[in-house]
Amino acid sequence: MQLEQQLRDRLKKKDILLMTHIVLGYPSFDVNREVIRQMVENGVDCIEMQIPFSEPMADGPVIVRANQDAIKNGTRVADCLAFAAEMTASHDIPFLFMTYYNIIFKYGEKPFFEKARECGIKGFIVPDLPPEEGESFLQLAAEYEIAPILIFAPTSTDERMRVLASHGRGFIYCVARRGVTGTKSVIGQDVFDYLQRCREATRMPLAVGFGIQDRDDVSALIGRADMAVIGSQTILLVDENGAGAVGPFIAGLR
Amino acid sequence: MDTKDKQGFFGNWGGAYIPEVLHQTFLELNAEFIKCKNDPAFWQEYVELMSTYSCRPTPLTHAANLSKHFGGAQIYIKREDLNHTGAHKANNVMGQGLLVKRMGKKRVIAETGAGQHGVATATMAAKFGLECTIYMGEEDVRRQRPNVFWMEKMGAIVIPVTDGSRTLKDAINEAFRDWVTNVDETHYVLGTACGPHPFPEMVAWFQSIIGLEAGEQIMKQHGRMPARIFACVGGGSNAMGIFKRFIPESNVELVGVEAGGHGIETGAHAVRLSGTDGSPGVAQGYKTMFLQDSDGQMKTTHSVAAGLDYVGVSPILSDLWEKGRVRFESATDTEVMAALDLTMKKEGLIPALESSHAFVQAFKEAPQLSPDDAIIINMSGRGDKDIFTIAHAFNDPSWKDFIIKRGLEYSQDK
Repeated sequence: MQLEQQLRDRLKKKDILLMTHIVLGYPSFDVNREVIRQMVENGVDCIEMQIPFSEPMADGPVIVRANQDAIKNGTRVADCLAFAAEMTASHDIPFLFMTYYNIIFKYGEKPFFEKARECGIKGFIVPDLPPEEGESFLQLAAEYEIAPILIFAPTSTDERMRVLASHGRGFIYCVARRGVTGTKSVIGQDVFDYLQRCREATRMPLAVGFGIQDRDDVSALIGRADMAVIGSQTILLVDENGAGAVGPFIAGLR
Repeated sequence: MDTKDKQGFFGNWGGAYIPEVLHQTFLELNAEFIKCKNDPAFWQEYVELMSTYSCRPTPLTHAANLSKHFGGAQIYIKREDLNHTGAHKANNVMGQGLLVKRMGKKRVIAETGAGQHGVATATMAAKFGLECTIYMGEEDVRRQRPNVFWMEKMGAIVIPVTDGSRTLKDAINEAFRDWVTNVDETHYVLGTACGPHPFPEMVAWFQSIIGLEAGEQIMKQHGRMPARIFACVGGGSNAMGIFKRFIPESNVELVGVEAGGHGIETGAHAVRLSGTDGSPGVAQGYKTMFLQDSDGQMKTTHSVAAGLDYVGVSPILSDLWEKGRVRFESATDTEVMAALDLTMKKEGLIPALESSHAFVQAFKEAPQLSPDDAIIINMSGRGDKDIFTIAHAFNDPSWKDFIIKRGLEYSQDK
């Protein structure tokens, strides 16, 4: 089943979905496995698994450090693919890959899509690949039925949003603020206005992340977006309190 | 570089692999750059600024003693060291400064490796009344302390970058992170002919003033075109600067010299094009030849010269390499020290460690050519900024003694 339909089915039962993020190999695949289990058991609807890259240009300090440590620990792309296959076979929610374009480019676009489909991956988020540079990538995405998830930013004009929406599939990832991942921002009228602009540009589900930390942050999005994204927060949580802290945290968000 | 397949591409290389949040600002930057490029008054304003604020045109010096020493070609040296702040970096920075004024932005940020680009940017920001933040790898802050001192004295904030290898590439990542956060008011003054389009083309355009002058000067002093031109290649801005004018001159051989570090075979180097360690990749917003592993993770590079210690290279140079228009060689740290020593003794010139790489290769090839031929070495910067590194590499006893005594003095003050 395609990603957008999977999310729509889930939206019939919940007024907002949760997407979480992990960095593969950080602090280890064993911890990743336990964190994902807790996330799924506590109702997470979708998980983006970041394949670490040495130059994570769009990420903030928490995720940058996780990328570096994962690579230092010896995490290879092949390990990430094998782990992804194991997760999609174990849990009945959609899994995505988030990574930078060089990881895919170096592997070979076509082999990477082939392998990702084999692993049961439903979508890709590639923050440094705008549609202008992703012609063959978008073509392969259609061919292999893996959703290319495109990103809206507050700096995107209405016209630009429509262009992006015409290339994207699955859902649109709305970056709530200028800046890198993991910085907490106050959700206010300007964010609501921005989400209204996003809504007018596409009929696809909207996912939003802005350093979400608690139930209030999530409920503020109900009716304005379809999926709340929890990024750096769970990495910090695992760093400080171990994998066991993830379940209760997720359970408390909705 | 005239055959552009797709916008921002040079053959197979280049592009603009940027996060969406920067899309709009790149549209504006491209539009402004195209306007400037098509406006002869802009170039005139740029040349005027460089001749009154910096030292343009920089001389072309005939190195008579070195020429005689090698007994081959007449060696000419293009003196970019005589720019204000001591390197070719000033050309690009002042050009982008004029662009920033036109765009009405109030703040500039920059990455720096050796610190030359940071110092040049801090100078420009002071002159044009802009706020300025410089990102510099922690390792480079340690290596190039005097430049940090000058940047801070000129009012810039210097932020040491502690991610990754703590060198130039990490400073670039951090500058991009600042830019995506403060995009509305800030311009990123990228220091070399790398990064997303239009930076490679724009930086090469500002730097092309070097080759335009050198073309006129060599005709006046030597009467015909040089046989070969040598330039060191880190990101590639000084090389593009001197090469661009000569690309259509098919009899002029263009030679780029990369940092061989401890030697290609050791893996501790920054040789992307002249060896076999580089491979195509996409990072820091552009496609070029990178030093990376089979997964696409960038490797750690090494050079005695901080300004050459970089994993990527200008996409324009990757194209010229692929098309065979520019030949690439490398020089080791040891060879660099020997060439620097010889140049100081024979000509009284102090090339930067970066520039000394070009001298190494020129010295290898000069004897093969006839005394009727001329070669040009681009002396991209002056070496006195490297006094701590150079004195350390020469293991100079009297310098060490001085540092120890000064250190004692300071610790007693405390």
